[in-house]
Amino acid sequence: MTEKEKSLTAEELTFRVQRYEPTRDEKSHLQEFVIPFTKGMTVLDGLNYIKEKIDNTLAFRTSCRMGICGSCGMLINGLPKLACHTPVEELGKDVVEIKSLPNYGIIKDLIPDLIPLFESHKAIKPYILRSDSEEMEEPTAEYTQSPQELEEYLQFSYCVKCGICLAACPTSATDVLFLGPQSLAQAYRYCADSRDEGVRERTAIVDSGHGVWLCHLAGACSEACPKGVDPALAIQLLKRTVLAQTLRLRKKKEPSLVAPPPAEEKPKLPVPEFTAKR
Amino acid sequence: MNVAEVKKKPLKNYLGIWGWVWAGRYNVERYLYTLQRVTGLGIILYGILHLTANGMRISGEGLWEDTMSLFENPVFAVGEYLVIAAFLIHALNGLRLILQQLGYTLGAPKPPIYPYSHALQRRRPIVLAMGALGAILLLLILIDFVV
Ligand code: HEM
Ligand code: FES
Repeated sequence: MTEKEKSLTAEELTFRVQRYEPTRDEKSHLQEFVIPFTKGMTVLDGLNYIKEKIDNTLAFRTSCRMGICGSCGMLINGLPKLACHTPVEELGKDVVEIKSLPNYGIIKDLIPDLIPLFESHKAIKPYILRSDSEEMEEPTAEYTQSPQELEEYLQFSYCVKCGICLAACPTSATDVLFLGPQSLAQAYRYCADSRDEGVRERTAIVDSGHGVWLCHLAGACSEACPKGVDPALAIQLLKRTVLAQTLRLRKKKEPSLVAPPPAEEKPKLPVPEFTAKR
Repeated sequence: MNVAEVKKKPLKNYLGIWGWVWAGRYNVERYLYTLQRVTGLGIILYGILHLTANGMRISGEGLWEDTMSLFENPVFAVGEYLVIAAFLIHALNGLRLILQQLGYTLGAPKPPIYPYSHALQRRRPIVLAMGALGAILLLLILIDFVV
């Protein structure tokens, strides 16, 4: 019987969980928990079971339990994944080793210190930069954007800031100050937005000692990303943008205009009788 | 509990250089990242040895011939082959990296629809073709070496 088949019939699972209590421990250690297996359970379900039934001191982050909030990134059997998006059966083993995401500090147990991630993200100015600041402050209408222009960056805007890409990245493994795949990909997401005028400003930030050129295209970030964002692709496109900007080769493109007021008001649909308030 | 204690710095948890050597079953490009460095450093090491040894020629015929005779053993023959292999791998992978790091051959962004794929994965044939070409060339060079 292969390990995969065995896991489908296993009644119990062994969770080996990394524990670290900052007020007491100098080092982390693994603690074993034996928990019942139920069909379709995720790694997060297992951790919740431990916290509710066995040891309520176990610390981990979770919120949405559906791959949306990006809270539950952890190292599961050696690879960084979202615990809530990882069915135990998919791992094909009845022993599951769960550790805090590498390439971050550990605050407690399975809680990585994501502050560097958020700081890098903030550093690349993850918002639309415009020269018409008055319109930005007091918008009269939305900026226009065609579906083709949207496709240029849409994929990269699905980032949930779980931090898994940095845990996979070999450059982040050795350079604590590296901006990292998450923020570099977001730098491109905004530079590629037809409404944005911030390429020059962001070039100054990412074209630096710990910036975009420390990416050597290992591609592990894209392999690990649970949302299919493909940061590696975004970063290579960012390199091209930065190079063109530095060499003054970038084609000058006017940013999107403010949407014109509608030519004529469409007649409003009549409110149906039965919902109208009298 | 003491607040100062709780505020202890987070425990360091970086993979470090070991993360270059092995970090789990990732895509092949992650390990080509390491190989590009190792082969690059290998070429530099060879370059230093090469220049020092050839520099001996300045000090006269005798010393030169003594030095050269040092290299006439199977260990150095294997070493020489490894240097050629390193250069070949480094150059082929280097050409791929130059193209891909400037965004060429990677294709356009694709909306993430399950099951997700990423650009490097969709372009895996490039790496495979590069590998095949490298293997054929290395085999030819090996035959040339042995015969
Ligand atoms: C046809 C010849 C060559 C090509 C096409 C080539 C190409 C490249 C490229 C594109 C990189 C950057 C890879 C990255 O971004 O990670 C690189 C890295 C490197 N190359 Fe070469 N190279 C060649 C020859 C050489 C030679 C002769 C040496 C030694 C003197 C050398 C030493 C290195 C080293 C040490 C690195 C590592 C840099 C790093 O990983 O940060 N290369 N090579
Ligand atoms: S709990 Fe929200 S992503 Fe897993």
